[in-house]
Amino acid sequence: MPTTHPTDGAFDIAIIGAGVVGCALARAFAMDGARVVVLEKAHDILDGASKGNSAILHTGFDAPEGTLEAELIAAGHAEYLAIHDRLNLPLLKSGALVIAWTEEEEAALPSLMDQARANGVDDVEALDGAALRALEPGLGPQARAAFRVPREYLIDPWAAPLAYLTQAVRHGATVLRTCEVTNGHFTGTTWDLETSHGPVQANGVINAAGLYGDKVDQMLLGRSDFSIKPRKGQFVVYDKPAFDLASHILLPVPTKVTKGIVVCRTIWGNLLVGPTAEEQDSRNDASLDPSILEALKKRGEDILPALKDHNVTALYAGLRPATEEKRYRINKHPEQVITVGGIRSTGLSAALGIAQHVRALWDTRWKVPKPVWPRVPNIAETAPRDWQNPGHGGVICHCEMVTQREILAALNGPLPARSLAGLKRRTRVTMGRCQGYYCAGALAELTKDRLTQPMTQAEDRNPLPMTHDD
Amino acid sequence: MTTDLPDQADVIITGAGPAGLAAAATLADLGVGQVVVLDRESEAGGVPRHCSHSPYGLREFRRLMNGPRYAKALVRRAISAGVAIHTGVNVTRLLPGPTLEVTSNAGPATLSARAVLLATGARETTRAERFIGGTKPQGVMSTGALQLILETGQKPFRRPVVLGTELVAFSAILSCRLAGIRPVAMVEPNGRVTARWPTALFPRMLGIPLTTNTSVSHVEGGEHVTGIHLSNGEKLQADGLIVTGRFQPDTPLLADSTIQRDPGTGGPEIDQYGRCTLAGYFAAGNLLRAVETAGWSWSEGRAIAHAIHAYLAGNLPPEMGERITLLGPILAHVPQRIAPALASRSFLGLSALQLRVGQPVDGTLSLLAEGKTVTSKHLRTGPERRILLPLPRYGTQPNVQLRVKGEP
Repeated sequence: MPTTHPTDGAFDIAIIGAGVVGCALARAFAMDGARVVVLEKAHDILDGASKGNSAILHTGFDAPEGTLEAELIAAGHAEYLAIHDRLNLPLLKSGALVIAWTEEEEAALPSLMDQARANGVDDVEALDGAALRALEPGLGPQARAAFRVPREYLIDPWAAPLAYLTQAVRHGATVLRTCEVTNGHFTGTTWDLETSHGPVQANGVINAAGLYGDKVDQMLLGRSDFSIKPRKGQFVVYDKPAFDLASHILLPVPTKVTKGIVVCRTIWGNLLVGPTAEEQDSRNDASLDPSILEALKKRGEDILPALKDHNVTALYAGLRPATEEKRYRINKHPEQVITVGGIRSTGLSAALGIAQHVRALWDTRWKVPKPVWPRVPNIAETAPRDWQNPGHGGVICHCEMVTQREILAALNGPLPARSLAGLKRRTRVTMGRCQGYYCAGALAELTKDRLTQPMTQAEDRNPLPMTHDD
Repeated sequence: MTTDLPDQADVIITGAGPAGLAAAATLADLGVGQVVVLDRESEAGGVPRHCSHSPYGLREFRRLMNGPRYAKALVRRAISAGVAIHTGVNVTRLLPGPTLEVTSNAGPATLSARAVLLATGARETTRAERFIGGTKPQGVMSTGALQLILETGQKPFRRPVVLGTELVAFSAILSCRLAGIRPVAMVEPNGRVTARWPTALFPRMLGIPLTTNTSVSHVEGGEHVTGIHLSNGEKLQADGLIVTGRFQPDTPLLADSTIQRDPGTGGPEIDQYGRCTLAGYFAAGNLLRAVETAGWSWSEGRAIAHAIHAYLAGNLPPEMGERITLLGPILAHVPQRIAPALASRSFLGLSALQLRVGQPVDGTLSLLAEGKTVTSKHLRTGPERRILLPLPRYGTQPNVQLRVKGEP
């Protein structure tokens, strides 16, 4: 990506991390006229915590009352609804059901509904067993009662931040990928950041480093108000025919630690079950554990018994940037740094709200340009797809019906894909049931010399001994 | 070749692999007017196009050929018989009629035919479907994906582990050797090699250690594979994993149609004429039951083509007939139904019942009709092996029994 540094050598704001929060921050500041640079150490955006989540746009009905998190989820939800059409982002108005499976859980429903109303979600409605079954006839026999949260929706977890960052770029923001911040010095008025792309100067820094938020604070400020306690969530994705098994987001009664195992559709026409909540030390090891995934599958089959006859398409795991406390850790430091940490599992829903909040914490006013509204490709299963139009150059990914034209568009444009994972998040390639069996060759050909993390390797990376370890 | 798609044809065949091309050539030879083959790939020929080594063509052309030459020969044979082949065409829906919705670079189109033959083949089971644990670096792929990438002249890895010992795993090893890739090991979850002797001797000849009763427990690595952990606790230093075999019919089109699927094979439910449960639709090849050789699929395509020819002339019995019931450890069978045989043309369609078992068995396999044994034989076999029984030409209440030795 060509770097276009401002002529006076300094950016107004440097954002560290291009996860969903970093992308939304870049948008908010760039649209307000700030000269923004986004520094991302991975090959592509959304490579950390934002890579794997359940893709739900939450209302915040179950957030702790009166907290910043509750407020920002509500604000993020509202802004998404206001802007998604202009950015061409999908919205699946599924609604959610919080389902009680035991007598104890049933007894907890009224207080959860009170909590929802206290959080401003006043359209919740109670459902008895019969009403619940009328809405979701596929539910397992143990489902007793529920309440419905009509405005819990499903979105595209990758197109949304891509759209935010694309809009930032259209307002002059610079995005540097494979750009790791290795050190920083505050001169008293500006920051001199050392990065793997060389020095970057900015008046202020926003730390949106997600799973590395505490480390970046330590590096820049010599202190951190929190430490990241990564919490892994594993998911099972079912093939398209399972999409029809449930129309709502099926939520359990939450516990203190987790929202619990969710069953919901995806915007791409699948059905997913997850996540688990497993605390671990590693910030990058999103390992799949077959025995836990089998248990997850069983839990899914308790919720929707018909799932046992459906095929699994994909397995994935995400890492949530949780901290030692169950709250957002958004702090403004005297050194012209704002830390946006501990966004846990609600980043996708709250990102736009977080960006409004952080923007308000920053006192500077810039000259606000006329807004530009780029449209990103809407690749939802229900949206009109490119293969339905002539001139698409042929279908490359047959499972997800991704055309050559769509792939070439994702390899060009303002934020081209830089890895196969990035291409997949932009187009759906290899996300389907065959996982690349049919299209790997065509993709290797189309992406050749286009990715900073190529699909194939030119040379032997580490010549390995021919013997194996014991 | 996609701009001149016809609106109508006598027979449309989806899939230009061995089964589809053999059926197309046969139908044209039999005098069926307009035979159209559609394939979503940019070139016709199917899977053999990517197998540069295996022995092909003996049954079909009485010559030993490699995969790409064999695929070309099938294509030439069909074209010279008068078949129209259209590549780069994706079928998107199967509708009654039979009517097909398709898309190509020219955009969406609708095609009707008097009969449609589904011959879309099979694919390998994925890493996700097998619940292999660990991280998800690049460099974990099926044999099919590997061979497609190698065709571009690129290499996804240098020292992969090969999981599985079906015939296709040896195809993966051969493809690796031709590309200068050295597999570090071959692992097989079962107690013995799945492919028949002498293929099993092959890795030893190449110095690739083979471990049975072992599976891959998890994959290690960030961007790229750095190690493969086995169920026996061993860690192999490798930079890739080839997840081979366990083929399954590729059936997304069926899921979106009213065509009945058989839970055993995963493919469409058919009678001995290859007829599906939606009028005018037929099926042949590895879509029926993954997986068989190209030669087998070719024969099957020809046999079903004769049945389609009879159907077009109004010479098939109207009903699909009774379902065959199973007793014993049988995983899958093709066909699933037996229509009444035609007195005049008793050998039309499939002549044998194909069976698969899930584990090694030793016992007696019998076919009964109306409670009476029609045929019976001793069976000693294992998974992924071809098991055949002659189809009954008479009788009702068909029933197949596999009695394992030592069990009542």
